Amino acid sequence: MEGTAADYAASIAGVSPLLDLELAELEDWSCCGASAAHSLSHRLSYELPARNLGLAKKAGLDVVVPCALCFNRLKAAEKEAEKETGQTPLDKKIWDLLDFLTQPSFLQTLAKKVRRPLKGLKAVGYYGCLASRPPAITDKLDYENPQNMEKLLTVLQAEPLDWSYKTDCCGAGLTLARPDLVDTLVRRLYDRALAAGAECFVVSCQMCQANLDMSQERISKQAGKKYYLPVFYFTELMGLAMGHTDTAKWLSRHLVDPRPLLQKRGLL
Amino acid sequence: MNIPQMQPLMPATHLASRLAETTAISVSACYQCKKCSAGCPLTFAMDLLPDQVIRLALLGQMERLLGSRTIWVCASCVTCTTRCPNGIDIAGVMDWLKEEALKQKAAVDQPEVATAHRFFLESIRKAGGRLSEMALMQRFLIYKLRRQPNLKELLDNAKLGLALFKRRRLRLGRPPVIKGKGEIQSIFQRAGV
Ligand code: SF4
Ligand code: SF4
Repeated sequence: MEGTAADYAASIAGVSPLLDLELAELEDWSCCGASAAHSLSHRLSYELPARNLGLAKKAGLDVVVPCALCFNRLKAAEKEAEKETGQTPLDKKIWDLLDFLTQPSFLQTLAKKVRRPLKGLKAVGYYGCLASRPPAITDKLDYENPQNMEKLLTVLQAEPLDWSYKTDCCGAGLTLARPDLVDTLVRRLYDRALAAGAECFVVSCQMCQANLDMSQERISKQAGKKYYLPVFYFTELMGLAMGHTDTAKWLSRHLVDPRPLLQKRGLL
Repeated sequence: MNIPQMQPLMPATHLASRLAETTAISVSACYQCKKCSAGCPLTFAMDLLPDQVIRLALLGQMERLLGSRTIWVCASCVTCTTRCPNGIDIAGVMDWLKEEALKQKAAVDQPEVATAHRFFLESIRKAGGRLSEMALMQRFLIYKLRRQPNLKELLDNAKLGLALFKRRRLRLGRPPVIKGKGEIQSIFQRAGV
């Protein structure tokens, strides 16, 4: 959020006041250890997020998590604590940001505030793995075929397309060590998105965004064909539709520049 | 007629029972439907399919599993666990085997993967709780180039770094030191990492 996902952070901060929502950063949060922790040490993979859980309890508010992996690990720590102590460690709810912002009340507010309908923008929603799976940890009901992103895009008057790869893996945990494997997975996603008729992805996780956005040039070279599929954070599209003045600035930080596509659709 | 000689495996239950004790995962519930492997997106890079891992765990084939490629190229997407009709946490078995491989100092098939995970955790510990993406990427790149100098990879990385920098998506300094720095250190110590 402070680094490679600065665009996501800025769009979240930009959009929430427009929805009359005040988000406070969890004070003194620490990294949950991600895939590295659960791969090498089961214990670490609970204790690191458990610390954040303790901070959240003190803060006494619902916890809204913009990263799929953090969300997953925080939920896992919550479940583990429940198992150990028989009580819920937190009397508030842990949300992933997409679920939180697509509650009916927010969608209603949003519908009223759409100034620039995203007409003609053909998009596939890409949820990735860990916001949905495993349901025993995430408590999701529609883990195989989530619909939030599509609902949101409909409110923004874009054209969400159906495809079968919305919760498939982009290989985020292997980005550093085996980029070649990530390329295979991501190219599959590009091809399937194109086959569905999409011209862009909409994501709710900064690891998904990074993998789909940063490797596009490299994969194009390997494939010998030019892929052009911008990768939007859903919060950026909310900002665009509500006419937030910073939207162009957020979008300028992507490696696959979405602006030509938006200009073509008359949206920028 | 030439009938191929089958190599019988001597089943041993120690692995399955240790797994059950430490993780509450029961591999003996597996009836080999192979649904886990059917949905796994990484099978193209694996030497054992996820269902084979479960079978071999049941048969106690520790060495074969700890030395396998599969446990390290598994991307932890948890599709297998989600879909197993018998509630077996296959992804959890993969994690357990990785941790065990390091504990037993087994020959790791994918040292890059294990090292990347280790560097990631060390980066959090050193910075006192938050990750420095920049330091992690640099350190891993140096490690990789030492193992196998590759000019193209170096240039590609430099190009990506520059592109991110230009878009203000690289934080060059250290991440802020958090108040709970001491807690983080003791969490790492307790976990023995
Ligand atoms: S899905 Fe479950 S029961 Fe089926 S083969 Fe895999 S581990 Fe066994
Ligand atoms: S968690 Fe690993 S083994 Fe299971 S489906 Fe995903 S990549 Fe395959």
